Amino acid sequence: MIRVVLPAHLRTIAHVDGEVRLDVEGPATQRTVLDALENRYPMLRGTIRDQSTHKRRAFVRFFACEEDLSHETPDAPLPERVVTGAEPFLVVGAMAGG
Amino acid sequence: MSGVRVLVGTRKGAFVLTADGKRDKWDVSGPHFAGWEMYHVKGSPADPDRIYASQSGGWFGQLIQRSDDGGTTWSPVGNKFEYDGDPGTHQWYDGTPRPWEFKRVWHLEPSLTDPDTVYAGVEDAGLFRSDDGGQEWSELAGLRGHGSGPNWQPGAGGLCLHTILLDPSDPQRIYVAISAAGAFRSDNAGKTWQPINQGLLSDGIPDPDAEVGHCVHRIAMHPSRPDVLFMQKHWDVMRSDDAGGMWHEVSGNLPSDFGFPIDVHAHEPDTIYVVPIKSDSEHFPPEGKLRVYRSRTGGNEWEPLTKGLPQRDCYVNVLRDAMAVDSLDSCGVYFGTTGGQVYVSADAGDSWEPIVRDLPAVLSVEVQTLP
Repeated sequence: MIRVVLPAHLRTIAHVDGEVRLDVEGPATQRTVLDALENRYPMLRGTIRDQSTHKRRAFVRFFACEEDLSHETPDAPLPERVVTGAEPFLVVGAMAGG
Repeated sequence: MSGVRVLVGTRKGAFVLTADGKRDKWDVSGPHFAGWEMYHVKGSPADPDRIYASQSGGWFGQLIQRSDDGGTTWSPVGNKFEYDGDPGTHQWYDGTPRPWEFKRVWHLEPSLTDPDTVYAGVEDAGLFRSDDGGQEWSELAGLRGHGSGPNWQPGAGGLCLHTILLDPSDPQRIYVAISAAGAFRSDNAGKTWQPINQGLLSDGIPDPDAEVGHCVHRIAMHPSRPDVLFMQKHWDVMRSDDAGGMWHEVSGNLPSDFGFPIDVHAHEPDTIYVVPIKSDSEHFPPEGKLRVYRSRTGGNEWEPLTKGLPQRDCYVNVLRDAMAVDSLDSCGVYFGTTGGQVYVSADAGDSWEPIVRDLPAVLSVEVQTLP
């Protein structure tokens, strides 16, 4: 089970209050986590990554375990503490984005 | 008693302003979608409870919201705007080729007859259509595929398709306007397009009367006379009497013929409204006086409308989609400013009152006349 923390605007769009908890099939990567997130909340498609290319939007970053994972490849394994649910995967709107 | 619902898009959310037919006491709801840029909010002429809204922002891109209950509740619908085929390039500000890239939806134009059909004008300039209430969008690629596309250049606000006019007498006929390409017309429901810019003169382009390249800010028509079009260009107020075949200038005695919005009285096809702005670099009213100008002669002869509007120290702008008219017996005229005011005139412009004074910068104003 992966814990995902969304920024406030995306929580509003998805109608969720707190963390999102996702079961991810296969290895937990940015791609599989975002696939699972968008499958459960289709209204988030296009808000975090491009719907066709799956490229991360410029003003969105991914943090976990006090590391910036934004520039990892989408298929790189997420840190073990994210995989086990000990730490959340953070989707963050950059301070410059608004 | 009949009433009105004013749909206001701002830099930081949408607002819904409602009143009865007197239009003197207002209920204000919002902000809806707080924090987001709401470029346009518009209701379906076929079903006033159906409203579409363009929601966008720097962080999370574009969403389209739909309400089926007159703006009380909203749901996100489809937001995949994918250009048809290889999008190719247009010109960048410096004249170099730049790949077409979707940025945002500027304008939503619901069908006159079907609440589930809606058009979207987008940046980089393109026209999309949905026939399922906004769930799926398809590009009407004949417009962008017009041979002039690679020569289109962005205006200061971007290469945006900001105006969509549907001809109520001919469902095959659509007009659009693009900054800074110009105006285009389709006579086959959007399959193919022709530029309709003859008669326009623009000093800021190498060939002042070029087929395309004109910074058209807004076009308006009266539904009873759809072959007559009025245009606020970057500079110049223009009129065409033959569906855009030829334009002639009707700026007349305006204090400045630069501006953004233009609109037509609901019951008088020759009564039109503009808001003169000092210049392309000084985006505020001349002399710090906020004046709507009205022509009752279809242009050339203009009168300033000032009663109730600030006549000193006013330096706001009125953007291209931020003026609308209702269709009550005494035509109401509405406009919003970049200073956050939304003004109403319940007497066709003779006098004005602010409905609200302190919203975020207003991007768009539409009004629904309710039974």
